[in-house]
Amino acid sequence: MSTDSPALREITYSQALFEATRQEMACDDSVFVFGQGVDDHKGHYGTTMNLHQEFGAERCFDTPLAEDAMTGMAVGAALAGMRPIHVHQRMDFLLLCMNQLINMAAKFSYMFNGAYRVPLVVRASIGRSWGQGPQHSQALHSMFMHVPGLKVVAPTTAHDAKGCLAAAIRDNNPVVFIEHRMLYGLSGHVSEESYETPFGQARLLTEGGDITIVAISHMAIEALRARHHLQSVGISAEVIDPVSLSPIDWDTILASVEKTKRLLVVDNGWLSCGASAEIVAETVEQLQGKCTITVGRMGFAPSPCPTTRPLERLFYPNDRTIAARAYQLVNEGDGSWLPEGSDSAEITEFRGPF
Amino acid sequence: MSPIDGAHMELCRLRCPFGYVGLPARHFAAFAAPGIGESGGDILKLVRWNLMIEEHVNLSSERLAALYKSVLRIRRVEEEVARIYSSDLVKSPIHLSIGQEAVSVGVCDILTPEDVVYGTYRGHALYLAKGGDLKAMIAELFGRETGCAGGKAGSMHLVDPAANVMGMSAIVATHIPLAVGHAFAAKSQGLTAIVVCFFGEGAADEGAFHEAINFAALKRLPMLFVCENNRLAIHSSVESRMSGPGLAARFSSYGVSGCKINDGNIFSIRSAAEELAGEIRDGQGPRYLECKTSRWREHVGPKEDWDASYRDAVEESEHFSTDPVGVLAERLDEDTRTALDGEIAAEIEKAFSLAEAAPYPTADALNRHVYG
Repeated sequence: MSTDSPALREITYSQALFEATRQEMACDDSVFVFGQGVDDHKGHYGTTMNLHQEFGAERCFDTPLAEDAMTGMAVGAALAGMRPIHVHQRMDFLLLCMNQLINMAAKFSYMFNGAYRVPLVVRASIGRSWGQGPQHSQALHSMFMHVPGLKVVAPTTAHDAKGCLAAAIRDNNPVVFIEHRMLYGLSGHVSEESYETPFGQARLLTEGGDITIVAISHMAIEALRARHHLQSVGISAEVIDPVSLSPIDWDTILASVEKTKRLLVVDNGWLSCGASAEIVAETVEQLQGKCTITVGRMGFAPSPCPTTRPLERLFYPNDRTIAARAYQLVNEGDGSWLPEGSDSAEITEFRGPF
Repeated sequence: MSPIDGAHMELCRLRCPFGYVGLPARHFAAFAAPGIGESGGDILKLVRWNLMIEEHVNLSSERLAALYKSVLRIRRVEEEVARIYSSDLVKSPIHLSIGQEAVSVGVCDILTPEDVVYGTYRGHALYLAKGGDLKAMIAELFGRETGCAGGKAGSMHLVDPAANVMGMSAIVATHIPLAVGHAFAAKSQGLTAIVVCFFGEGAADEGAFHEAINFAALKRLPMLFVCENNRLAIHSSVESRMSGPGLAARFSSYGVSGCKINDGNIFSIRSAAEELAGEIRDGQGPRYLECKTSRWREHVGPKEDWDASYRDAVEESEHFSTDPVGVLAERLDEDTRTALDGEIAAEIEKAFSLAEAAPYPTADALNRHVYG
């Protein structure tokens, strides 16, 4: 996409999601969006605002608090030729949908030998701030990455949010679509025209020669800030946003690590059996015998997410801790350094209660 | 007992608090005390009546022959599966429908080819009754490439999209929300088809059952919920699992009305299904049909287990008297029966021999269709 396109505007991540949904609903009658609050006055951070008025209550509707059956309902509608978008205000609620997503949605194509497709989008908000605490902030993407038959995407930029959502809606498989709350207000250049961001294609955010930082979702923003800190001490970091976690673009990651010989994976999730473990394991496995590499992982503290701000700040990696860890990896553990700075604006300026 | 003894042909009809959907007054006889599993239903009025059996079984000889062929075919297929099971040709669990055929056949007989059915891991009867391909079914049980799912699914997950037999699920109640979603799509798409979801009474223990019924009622979806109540979840009795006045009350609490057939008679089931399907097609929203039935074999596997301690063989043997094979055989002449018996035997022999000769899937099938 050319950046000088006349239709390119600066809009927020939320607006990008809204635009993708609206455009897909306009061009395909089988698309419908449902979930708790999609037709209320807040329209899920504005991403579904007034779609019920434009397309009718049949195609944008609130649901009973019944995540399990509502997921199954969406699977059944998908089997019958519809393209449902199921919106969850928090990813934590997806734990109530696991049976349908894993035993049904992920299985129907394979178990019935290609007789069925399940074009289903499951949108889930994750993320920190304003005391979301242990049950309103979890990022569970690695659980879904584990399961064949599901696709998992976690776009970071407004451009990718729009392109990934269009691609997810048009995809013939169940797609778990992860949206970090700290990203909703961030702006980016987005084409007015409809487009797809293809799955399985990572985004190289910045080039660098000393270390590869693969950072997921909001951590990609923190990693970009970390890169500035690292520049001040003469370290050049290559920052990669995987965008799509299943399928994942191994080629881009492997090519970068083969060049820098160092890999730091910063997940917006726990380390144990997580996306970071998978990315490091695959990279080491693929590059062994070709080159020697140094690896590191960062992610949530090994605890449930605390609510109080001082502990929450310790729970998540940030631009300074990421820079410090990268510094250590580049200097092979020799010396410690922590750049000065404060939490980023999207975190400090966020106000609740939602 | 005669198969047309009206005294045993009871239906229960529910008056629900959200409005009554009734059969013609001639069907009503009297209020009766709630039966087993129905006590305490003080919020409900269970109305029973004796069906006018003569009227309802006034089916053409062709229809009777078709019903007979359908139930006998299922019975013989499953008996053959059970007979050869020790040969290890079927290398996966089987949950036989023997004893429960009347429900699938009675309901499917009034459906159109466009109507869609969802079923469970005990799905042989439903698959065949709705028109699923026998050869593809046996090949599937044998794990062959020619099976209805290329051998990837097995007995618990039969499927035949051409017959609108949706893929069956082995997780109890999981398919009920799918059926509801399918009905939602059908209504959105302006289709005339209805969706029929078969499940055992064990599914009513699950949260998904309640969530799904609520949504179907809320959206007035064109679907029929058919409960095959064999009163057993593996070896657990319904009494050990179900509180409250019974399944009808659970449907009623969501404003869904329907029928309960207590005796397992295929004519009662067929008549009730026909009436309820008519109401659904009229746009009156979802209905339920609960059929008491009896599983004559063990939960999983080919054998009978009447000597096991978990169930009352005497009580269950009451259902032998409404065995649809016998009920229908009595209504056909010997020549017709003999001809159909022969047709079925030949078809089964061919299906099994074709399956045994068919190839297993090749290695390249392992990773095919993980994504659609």
